[in-house]
Amino acid sequence: MKQWYMLTLVGEDRAGIVAAVTRELFNCGSNLGEAAMVRLGGNFSVMLMVEYGGDPELLQQALSGVIERFSLNLHLMQISGELHHHLEPNLQLTVYGADRTGIVAEVTAALAENGFHILDMRTDVAGSSSEPIYVMQIEGFCSLGVAELLPRLKAAAAQQVEIALREIDLMIG
Amino acid sequence: MAVLEILRYPDARLKREAVAVEHFDSALQAFIADLEETMRAGPGGIGIAAPQVDCLQRIVLIDLRGLRKPVPNHGRVVLINPEITTWEGMAVGREGCMSVPDYTGNVIRAERITLTACDAEGVTQQYDFSGYEARAVQHELDHLDGLLFLDRLVSRHRDLFRRKVYQEPPPAK
Repeated sequence: MKQWYMLTLVGEDRAGIVAAVTRELFNCGSNLGEAAMVRLGGNFSVMLMVEYGGDPELLQQALSGVIERFSLNLHLMQISGELHHHLEPNLQLTVYGADRTGIVAEVTAALAENGFHILDMRTDVAGSSSEPIYVMQIEGFCSLGVAELLPRLKAAAAQQVEIALREIDLMIG
Repeated sequence: MAVLEILRYPDARLKREAVAVEHFDSALQAFIADLEETMRAGPGGIGIAAPQVDCLQRIVLIDLRGLRKPVPNHGRVVLINPEITTWEGMAVGREGCMSVPDYTGNVIRAERITLTACDAEGVTQQYDFSGYEARAVQHELDHLDGLLFLDRLVSRHRDLFRRKVYQEPPPAK
């Protein structure tokens, strides 16, 4: 019986990793679902939903060559998730400021307290190494509107950060 | 009146170019009534284009009056053989489509457009659309040229902050 797995791969970023990995996955008869690849601090990282009907040990073996070639760290786990379970975000949050510890913890604690379900999050350290800035973009769903939620988020940030909260006005045509 | 079947991608019929309406007869009026009923039965319910119901004619219907969050709009508008004459401004918005279930994405659209189109009686009218209504009109007009919002996707993550990689200056000697 076919089963969905979450395949996570992390390693030093090099061109050609995605092509090599997905070729092996295709060759061993697996099917890909949703996936997200991101380069974090020069590291390659990808999470792939992989559907496979055989022994997961065989899947790992099929990938062993490419894992070795690119010095990747592999994690494979069986998941209960399925396709076509997208949740639609209604709010988009941007937070930025001089980089310091605690920005994410403070802001996301306030989000959680207010029932905000984070569906997508990307954070980055930009600026220069002497004056780094932290940039966080979050999308999610919350039943509270901007007028209600934004002051609570601003109050939660212990030190000055810029916080913008916008509604995502989805248009289904 | 009848609710017509909405074609869903990957149905290749959605990728064809529609032809201009020539006869403003009772058959056209009956089709517009069916198209409107189909639009109102859909998940978006704010716009529909004839090619979405396998009618290869340049007909679009828009009606934003039923939106949960009211926006300025022209009410129910039938646009036949529409031609955009002016574009102004650009904005990123989140779109979905009745012909592409379970997916939404960011699309850049003009913020204000002027267009001429025939009404259901064949009389040429001119319209100024802006904001959400302008987005809806452009989304529906694309269907007349075999285009889906998938053809215009831009990054979900790069619309607010664009990062350039600058070469670090060489250390002073």
